[in-house]
Amino acid sequence: MESIGTDQKETAAADKLDLGVTLCGVRMPNPTVLASGILGLSQEVFDRLAHLGIGAVTTKSCSLQPRVGWHNPTIVNWGHGLINAVGLSNPGVEVMVDEIRTAKLALKKHGVPIIASIFANTIFDFGTLTRYISEAEPDLIEVNISCPNIDTQHEEMFSSNAYVSAQVTRMVKRHARCPVIIKLSPNVDSIAAVAKEVVNAGADAICAINSLGPGIILDIDTARPILANRTGGVSGPAIRPIAVRCVYDICKALKGTPAQVIGTGGVTDARDAIEMILVGATCVGIGSAIYHHGFNVFNDISTGIQEYMGRHGYHSLEEFRGKALG
Amino acid sequence: MAYDLPRSARIIDIQRETPLVKTFVLDTDIDAQPGQFIMLWIPGVDEKPMSIAGMRPLTISVARVGPATSALHDLTVGDYVGWRGPFGRPYRLDTDRPALLVAGGYGSAPLYMLAQQALAHGMDVTVAIGARVADELLYADRFEQLGVQLLLSTNDGSRGVKGFVTDAIRAQFLPDAADDAPVISDPDAEPPHGTSTRSLSLYACGPEPMLVALYKLCRANGWSGQLSVERYMKCGFGVCGQCALDDVLVCIDGPVLTLDQLEAKRDFGHFHRGPTGRRLEI
Repeated sequence: MESIGTDQKETAAADKLDLGVTLCGVRMPNPTVLASGILGLSQEVFDRLAHLGIGAVTTKSCSLQPRVGWHNPTIVNWGHGLINAVGLSNPGVEVMVDEIRTAKLALKKHGVPIIASIFANTIFDFGTLTRYISEAEPDLIEVNISCPNIDTQHEEMFSSNAYVSAQVTRMVKRHARCPVIIKLSPNVDSIAAVAKEVVNAGADAICAINSLGPGIILDIDTARPILANRTGGVSGPAIRPIAVRCVYDICKALKGTPAQVIGTGGVTDARDAIEMILVGATCVGIGSAIYHHGFNVFNDISTGIQEYMGRHGYHSLEEFRGKALG
Repeated sequence: MAYDLPRSARIIDIQRETPLVKTFVLDTDIDAQPGQFIMLWIPGVDEKPMSIAGMRPLTISVARVGPATSALHDLTVGDYVGWRGPFGRPYRLDTDRPALLVAGGYGSAPLYMLAQQALAHGMDVTVAIGARVADELLYADRFEQLGVQLLLSTNDGSRGVKGFVTDAIRAQFLPDAADDAPVISDPDAEPPHGTSTRSLSLYACGPEPMLVALYKLCRANGWSGQLSVERYMKCGFGVCGQCALDDVLVCIDGPVLTLDQLEAKRDFGHFHRGPTGRRLEI
């Protein structure tokens, strides 16, 4: 009986610990962010996630024109995470503006901001798209220049090249009416160098990392790649150590700038989220973890962070953010 | 962490059910519950959600309706397909009330497993099947062999009640309510015995306009209802969001949804999301 009473008291105390974060001036109730590409289509699903304690949501990446994406299979569990080649399917900016506008109204009641993810084939189109998407007045814009599954006119993704990444950043910043996040790929020699360039070009925050790869998973009986696109981006627990290293490198490189970081990649529980915050992330992107833990993963992570804070005597995330950077 | 890649299986038997529907038997078993589905991979073509019609061995009945199902229909015995699952929430059998299973179009497969389960519980089972014409009545013979009470309907009246499956149900269970009750043209059709219309449990699978009509029928008569809905899917496990019906993810919250789960859903009967994710009219 006594131990039950103590547990309750501790839980009550933990509930009061402040998990709130401010990302580029936008207030979030906690540091959990729905990563782009996951569930990010339906305003009603966003609302459901808000009821379940999410900190912020990111939409699926939206383009100027609708995209049907690749045929199935597009996402499978390969044993240590997911591999996907969805092909950036989305209904196009015209439809997404309506979805985001409606979602924003519903999310506002919960104090949950909405991040609009955008993707374009050319630097010029990034500008046009930013102008269109701004009509929905998202709280933030995330610029996806790092999808490994796209079929663009150019040979490589924008984020492979620091100079091109900076040009995209300048173009989006010129047309945006809200803070801009640039989402980077780990498939580069130095992700920190790319991060520095885009921040110099005006990026307000970095989201790292996009899925790794691409990779291939075969069906050994038919000797065929399982994904219809043959190759796909690798995500989930297997890539987490790489994601943590990337965030570590970026946060070190960006020290002294106001730029903030969303740490994304294989985070499945509170321990993983705390790890991201310890290497300097302001908030933590959650994607593949929904496959393993369902919609409650956001609340579970918040509760786990509060328990950690209680154990270490922290009152806010600021007290331990970046502690591992030395 | 378990692998959940498509497992390959050979087709060991193919049976023609109706002009559009073939049944494929695979050389593998599955543990599943009635109403759950698999993601069926046609290598090099596409992957689609499919109802499970039989578990030992894994059996599916598929209508030729698009490029993926056409490619499947072109396969022969010995060819490989892949499958992963089972996914989704099954029908939950209410053993306290007589069961009315309603299949429209290609919806018979999951109900076949449910009918077997209900009969094993010694329940009073009526199966209503609706189709456009007599030779499209899917699984009528299979259900007949199970020994359930069968209620057939066709739009052209070529077999059973002329009209929709809901007309046949009304004529059978709610004769007083229907002023314009359709004439039962099948002389073999007999009313089920000892069935109280106040206490039916309805389980359905079929086209969404039929499900909407059944939803209304259940609500109007105080029946409980579990309706299996269909949506375009990518992952099958609650990550891609493509199958969202309002805030319900059909792959993990469904495909079998209760009347309460469908209550006041804007999409139900009206919209589904296509490959781009855009809401399209049904």
